[in-house]
Amino acid sequence: MLGSSLLPKSDDELLTLDDYQSSVPRWCTGCGDLGILTALQRLCRDEDLPREKTVFVSGIGCSSRFPHYMNTYGFHSLHGRAIPVAEGIKMRRPDLNVFVNTGDGDCCSIGTAHWIHAIRYNMDMTVMMHDNRIYGLTKMQASPTTPRGLKSNTSPRGAYLDPLNPLSTTLGVANVSFVAQAVDWIPDLFHDIISQAFHHKGLSFIAILQRCPNYLPTLFDPWLEDTEKTQILTHKDGLQLDPGLSKIYKNQLEHDPSDINRARELAASTDIVPVGILYRNDEVPCYEDVRRPDRIYTPELIERAFNEELDNFTVETAG
Amino acid sequence: MTEATSTAEKKKSKKAPKAKAKGRKAQELKGHIVEVVSDSGEGAQKCGQSFATIGAKMGNGIWTVEIIPAEIQPPARSIEGASGIRIRMGSYYVTNGGDEADLVVAFNEQVLLGRVRYKELKKGCTILLEDKWRTDENPEIAKAYQETYDQLINDGFKVYEIPMEVECLKYVADPTRGKNMFVLGILVNIYSQDLQIARDQIAFIFAKKSAKIISSNIQLLEAGYDWAEENLDFRFKVPSAGIKEPQIVVNGNTAVGLGVMASGMEICAMYPITPATSASHYLSDVFESVGGTVHQAEDEIAACCFAIGASYAGKCAVTITSGPGYSLKQEGIGLAVMAEVPLVVVNVQRGGPATGQPTKMEQGDLLAAIFGSHGDAPKVVMAPSDMQDCFYSVIAARKIAETYHTVVVVLTDANIATAQQPFIRPKFQREWLAPPVDQSPVPEGVKPYDWDPKTGLATRFIPGRPGGMHTLTGLAHDRLSRVAYDPKINQEAIQHRSLKLAAFQQTLKTPKVYGDPEGDLLVIGWGSTKGTIEEAVERLRDEGKKVSSLHLRFLQPMASGLKEIMERFKKVMTVELSWCDSYEDEVIDADNRRYSNLAWLLRGRHLIDVDCWCEVKGQPIKPGSIERVLREKL
Repeated sequence: MLGSSLLPKSDDELLTLDDYQSSVPRWCTGCGDLGILTALQRLCRDEDLPREKTVFVSGIGCSSRFPHYMNTYGFHSLHGRAIPVAEGIKMRRPDLNVFVNTGDGDCCSIGTAHWIHAIRYNMDMTVMMHDNRIYGLTKMQASPTTPRGLKSNTSPRGAYLDPLNPLSTTLGVANVSFVAQAVDWIPDLFHDIISQAFHHKGLSFIAILQRCPNYLPTLFDPWLEDTEKTQILTHKDGLQLDPGLSKIYKNQLEHDPSDINRARELAASTDIVPVGILYRNDEVPCYEDVRRPDRIYTPELIERAFNEELDNFTVETAG
Repeated sequence: MTEATSTAEKKKSKKAPKAKAKGRKAQELKGHIVEVVSDSGEGAQKCGQSFATIGAKMGNGIWTVEIIPAEIQPPARSIEGASGIRIRMGSYYVTNGGDEADLVVAFNEQVLLGRVRYKELKKGCTILLEDKWRTDENPEIAKAYQETYDQLINDGFKVYEIPMEVECLKYVADPTRGKNMFVLGILVNIYSQDLQIARDQIAFIFAKKSAKIISSNIQLLEAGYDWAEENLDFRFKVPSAGIKEPQIVVNGNTAVGLGVMASGMEICAMYPITPATSASHYLSDVFESVGGTVHQAEDEIAACCFAIGASYAGKCAVTITSGPGYSLKQEGIGLAVMAEVPLVVVNVQRGGPATGQPTKMEQGDLLAAIFGSHGDAPKVVMAPSDMQDCFYSVIAARKIAETYHTVVVVLTDANIATAQQPFIRPKFQREWLAPPVDQSPVPEGVKPYDWDPKTGLATRFIPGRPGGMHTLTGLAHDRLSRVAYDPKINQEAIQHRSLKLAAFQQTLKTPKVYGDPEGDLLVIGWGSTKGTIEEAVERLRDEGKKVSSLHLRFLQPMASGLKEIMERFKKVMTVELSWCDSYEDEVIDADNRRYSNLAWLLRGRHLIDVDCWCEVKGQPIKPGSIERVLREKL
């Protein structure tokens, strides 16, 4: 997904973090979305993405306010429908850098069909699924990723079912090409993951575990308190930990992102949260490339093809 | 191909004089309605379409209606399984499928019985019936045939039994494939069509097949022609309608596909649904030749949102669907209205609600199209009246959508979707095409929703335009596209989106009245019923009745001047294929009567007591039915 020019730029031509900042975010203090926003602004700056060539598409929910805070193009669409809107954009405009911000309800509940099929289309875009395991904007209803037993306004005696596992689901779909998990409490790793996702040609799906300070402030406390419960996946083709982080997060696992079976095993774990690149396959074709017409629309071309078509249907009266 | 032509040439010299020598005197007709019915897969439609095309080449006015069973493989020899085609042929420009059929060819008596029961055949009409069932080894079949035959004779039909299978077996091993061409030969003879045009037509439709298949089918055609020449005691001729210009013969769905191609749209996103899908089939086949793409989405919602995304980032896109799919798209349509993204939605209406009658026609989606989506969602709704109009409407829809940054809904229906009618071959015009995508920098100070106070129009910022960065949103928003927190803003935004429709309305011309501009009764219709209503009106006018009709192409907004037209008539009524209650039902009165779609709209806007009459059988409405209703009304 490289859209930027290869020519070096002078200092005053380079954009700063502020250049990518639009209005002041209205998320709650301590919301994980703020960290994601910072990481994305950093990515845009580091990659020097032209603001007019970058589009953030979102659905509905706390996560989906995201585009409003980026000084790029944005499309804040409908609940669950960010992905098909983004696909339409990418189909005709492969020159645009397309990002999708969606939530656990937006992506894994009302937009499930689109999510599953988006994996299969494998269009070149980065999908960030902000997973706080609860509906926040509508005030605390159980989402598909809400842990069983958790009390919410729609499950006052505790959520009835085991949660859906977004990583396992994604890894089960044909043409999956990039699956990663990040957590908002390790922002440095998040930046690394988002950067690799951005550079992957194809659909990069990142599940981002993030805290909802208002409704589930303590949900991830066990992982914050016990760093052993967060397992960092490292590999020469994945993440490489710097010595500082390496000291804190001792539970590290060498995982080859090309190994899908191992990726599925890791994804299935519930107590230990894997962080890093679970799966990557650069060979999967992108739908927009598969479907790209072999010719470019021109008035001359249309006129000729149209008249040829009409010839097939034309009747001339005899005699 | 060359071999086939030379075979055809040889045959021509051999056969043509023979036919001439034995020629019966042909009775001249103004027009005739022919039906060919068979079990599914026996090729009645191919036969009828060829017959129609030959008629068009002879200069006749033509309208064909497909007779479609609901299932892909319905049971053989069943009343419900009738598959076939009706061809109305005239020495005038034909605008609808007409009344009851004058001549029917049936491959078995059961499919024929269906047509009799549904009252599709004229009293005493001519029937050409495959007679092989009379001697079928299954006694029940033989009995059923005999009983039906006796009943038909009893009912006064002129039945000619034809040994189709026996004759075809002389030429081919499997007559189920080929009987249709034998029948075509019979029809070509009966209607005094040019045998050579028929031979050419066969060579054309089998162009992709081997020369052997072409010559075998031509042989069957000639066999049918000769059989009719030697065994039938009647012959007809429908003189040319004098159409000289080249025409194209397509159904409404193909016309929609051609319109998409000629409009310069580049993306069609769809999900399979009857009876709309054939438009997408056609586009899938040809769209790439002009650099376009048909995207089959995972569902109707995704198809709509995909088209919205494509429109947002480039040229206006189209999504094609039918009723149930349209219901699902309503959410996306609301988004396009709110975000002011151009979008063309084609709804090939079918019977509803729910799954309804997927292959049958109805005009029940007009109010859903106009008022659908929650909240105030103004959009343009137009309805083409025939195949030609399908083509031009899509081109117009693209232009309106892009000019007014709005949704344009094109309502066709199952009738024109599958019916064929020749129309003057369109001459391509560059101005039909969408302009190139604007990627110029946005001038400083211009806002993404800088609504013009008069027209409600704003500039559209397409991604890629430097300086135009903003977030388009389905939330209420202000001129900078920021989420609206100021209580005034939402009202202003709704006002301006509504103004766009009014601004567009100012460009519409008042439709012309068919008949005198004043009189006793004005009939108003919309969509595919135009030709049928006008034919009924014409018949009554010929008797001196003061009836006129008016047909609306734009339903939302509607042109000015309609009230003035209506006021010049003593009575006004609509004829629609959408339900209205009847006062004949005891419980119905003025306080609870539900009106047909258009009648509601006209009553509401113009405060005129517009009556209505409907038929929702799913079949194309007959001019005779409308004629009867108008007669009662006068």
